[in-house]
Formats: sequence, C-alpha cells, structure tokens
Amino acid sequence: MNVRSTIADTFQAVAREQQRQLAALSDELKLLESGLDSLSFALIVARLEETLGYDPFESAASFPVTFGDFVRLYESFARES
Amino acid sequence: MTLWDSLARDGGRPSGALSDAVRTVSLTALESGSTLGGRLESLRGRSVVLAIPDQLAASLAMIELDGVARRMVLCPAGVAPEHTSHVARTAEADAWVSGAGGEPPSVPVPVHVEACREPQPCAVTRGGGATEWVLLTSGTTGAPKLVVHNLASLLSAFAGCAEELVPGRVWSTFYDVRRYGGLQILLRALLGGSLVLSSPGEPVPSFLDRVAAGGVTHLSGTPSHWRQAVMSGAAQRCAPAYVRLSGEIADQGILDALRAAFPRATVAHAFASTEAGVAFEIRDGKAGFPVTWAGLSVQGVEIDVSRGTLRLRSPGNAQRYLGDALALKDEDGFVNTGDRLELREGRYHFVGRAGGIINVGGLKVHPEEVEAVINAHPAVRMSLVSARRNPISGAVVAADVVLERPVAEGDDAAGASLRQDILAACRDKLAPYKVPAVIHFVPSLKMSASGKLVRPDA
Repeated sequence: MNVRSTIADTFQAVAREQQRQLAALSDELKLLESGLDSLSFALIVARLEETLGYDPFESAASFPVTFGDFVRLYESFARES
Repeated sequence: MTLWDSLARDGGRPSGALSDAVRTVSLTALESGSTLGGRLESLRGRSVVLAIPDQLAASLAMIELDGVARRMVLCPAGVAPEHTSHVARTAEADAWVSGAGGEPPSVPVPVHVEACREPQPCAVTRGGGATEWVLLTSGTTGAPKLVVHNLASLLSAFAGCAEELVPGRVWSTFYDVRRYGGLQILLRALLGGSLVLSSPGEPVPSFLDRVAAGGVTHLSGTPSHWRQAVMSGAAQRCAPAYVRLSGEIADQGILDALRAAFPRATVAHAFASTEAGVAFEIRDGKAGFPVTWAGLSVQGVEIDVSRGTLRLRSPGNAQRYLGDALALKDEDGFVNTGDRLELREGRYHFVGRAGGIINVGGLKVHPEEVEAVINAHPAVRMSLVSARRNPISGAVVAADVVLERPVAEGDDAAGASLRQDILAACRDKLAPYKVPAVIHFVPSLKMSASGKLVRPDA
C-alpha cells in the first residue's frame, strides 16, 4: 500500500473512532476544516508512526496546512530515508 | 485589597472590557450593577461553587465574588456532574452560582443563584473580607484535586510590575479562564487592559479572526493550541506583539514555527502550574531554560533542580490542597512540580513527568487510571501505560498489554480484534484524550524487586 492510501485509511479510521464527520480528502482540503480535532491529528500521527515506522514532524521545517501538505510531508520523508 | 479595588485603583474607574464571540461588556457596568441579580449579599461569607458555563459571565462573577464569598471554586467548562458534586462536597460548598437556565446544582445547597449574562443595574456593596480562590486540576482517580490560592498569590507574577501592566494592552487566550493558565491572562487583562475570550467549540480560524478584529496585542495558549493555529493557515491573519506558550513543554519546533509566523512578535514560553504558580518566562526563542538559573531566585521565584525535578518556592505558590491528605509543599516549603529536567548544551530541558503523568495537549492523564480500565478486560493480565512523544499534542497515551493467553503468532486478525475490543472498553469509560493511541501486546512487563511495575521515567 502506498503512503497516500495508508494516510487516507488512517484519517478515515480515526474519524470513525472519534465519531467525527470527515470531509472528502482532497489535496486542497485544509486540515482544520476536515472535521477532525487536534486529538484526532495526534492519534493519526501516532498510528502512522506505528504503520510506516517514522514521524516526519521531527525534522519538518513547517507544519502542514492542507491534506496535500500532510501527504507530501510523509512522502518526502519516505524518499529521503 | 479585593480584585474590584485593584481594577478601580487610585479612585479611578476600571477602563477595560471583556468580549466573546457575541458581546462586549465594559467593566464600568459593574460600578452600579451586578450579574448576580441583587443576590450578591446572599453569597456573603459562603463557600461558592462557580459553575457558569459561559466564560464572560463567569469572569464578571469572579470580580463580584472576590472579597464577598469566603471561598470561590472555579469550575471550567466540561467538568462532569459526578466530579462537580465531589468538588462541592470537598469545598464544603453552601452556595452555587450557575448560568441562567443552566444545570441545577449537583448537590443540595442552601443558596442557588443564576447569573445573568450581563450586569443589571442594582445597588452593590463590594468587598468586606478575604476570599479563597480554588482551582481544579486532574487527580489520579479522575476526580479533580482542589488547589487553594488567594488573590495575592494569583497576582504575584505581575502585580506591582509596571512593565507587565501597560495600559491599552488587549489580551486573549485559547485557554479557559477558569484554568490557571487562562486565569493568569484574565487577571492581567483586568488589571491593565482588555480581554478577548475564546468560545468552546469555536473553529481556530474564526477565533483568530476575532483576535485580529479585536486588535489583540498579547495572545497566549499551550504549544498544542499554537500548533493548531499554525496548522490552520490562519495564524498570519492576526499580528500580536507578544505570543506566549505555557502549560506544556515548548519544543524547538513550535518556537521556530511561531518565530516564522510572527516575525515581529516577542515569542515567550512560560513555566507555570496550578500548584506552583508562574515560575519564569523565557524570551530567547530557545527551548528549555539557562542552567545559570538553577539554584537562583529569578523574578522572585526560587528555582531548585537538585533532585532532578523542578522545585519552586515563590509568593505565586498555591497555599494548600483542599480535602486531600497530600501536602502541596515539601519540608523546605518548595512545590515539587514533578517535571523532570535534563541538562543539554547549557540549558535545562523538560523531559516528562515524574510518576509518569502524561500531558496530552495540556490535559493530564494518570497512567494508573487508564491501566485500571485496561486491566478490567477479561483477556488482559496486566498493563503499563506511558507517554509517547507526539508532535501535535506533546504526548499521547501508549499501552503495553500482557494478555492472559497470548494471541497465536501470525494471527493478526485475532490481535487486531482484541485491540479494538480493549479500545472500545477504554472509550466507554475514559475521556477521549485518555484512551490509548497505540496498544502493544508484550510477553511480560518488568517488575521491581518490591513487586511493582517498573515505570519508564518519561
């Protein structure tokens, strides 16, 4: 499974668990307008670290604003390492 | 001197205002008006639970009750009814102030007052005595602990400090003003400025738009609040001159992100806790604090690191716990914050909590409470809950679980299903931030010679 679909699956799973209405995941979707709260994002990052084995935020220069930024952050980390 | 006296000092009139998403109230409205509908006198000398959901109405009631009530217990939004009844009993409450048409008192009390949303004209007599301010913090069993301050300890970080109280400042905070961090901002605003309050459930971009429209110069929140602001893409809509972080460890990542988002602002991270009060503020943009501060008195606060955790002695320390056998201060009169420190490159860095308390986005989680729920699951023999570092919330809850019967190797489906089942039990019994983000099944957990679980230090 590629990074993007792993991330999308994790967003959907956490939204279900947290009983939150998740907006359609497009690259332009602003994370804070996705329907998820801060705790949901914390869970997503923790779960992705389990699945993918890394947390790209540790070396990130900036915080992602859109879903596209979020995916690129993980993809670029996967390429570099 | 009461809070009202401090606002209307030197015979002057209070000049500030409080606003939220729907209204602005000038403090002069309290000169000959009250939000307590002429019933302020019925609260005189009583131990009052202040349980008004609305932050603005609660702020006005705090001003009115200081000097009138014997004791005032500040209940933030979202405290569960079973906890408010524990709080009321512990505080020996004999009066209750709720919002208009709001939840009735969760224990029987002789006096119940419904506060109005805005002051109504009526004759008032202010002051008369001293008031204990009681703040809530999370306890091991999930029930809050009650921490006693007085007005002097709450004001000690800035009262009488001219550079902290420059008139005309407009403050705002992501915090609830009934929590220590938010209350500090409310009091600063009352003594020399105005305040724009956050609203529960308000999206971060909308709040930041109000912050911009309200001309906020000083904005405060936890690192988690600030990460949300930066991630919203809306941070640049406002231009505060001063940005403050407190309540959690400020790492270099969020300090750098705020420096980039607000190039002209002073970015300060402060150390404060409900029990220890405000300790110090660091303005050099770097995580941690200088090693040279250890053992010294900085800004009137004695800082001790000799036991590996941060201990503080200052006029800002709370006085005691209510109804708790625990002592708030140690034998030297210091408050042990329980925050562990590590010396790196000339600075002390915060590396987690002694006793394993986990700070999830500013909310404390006691591992034992989560372990008790996991251990109640029939398939679980024992568990160990600890903090896992997280870039969004500072930390999340992680659980290592030993099963009664290990899942057969390679049977991923059985493992996943059991994990979901344990998580469902946690969601049923615990607040969302206490539910483990990850569960690992492990063959065993390390025990000490005395038969206790060995807890990781951070």
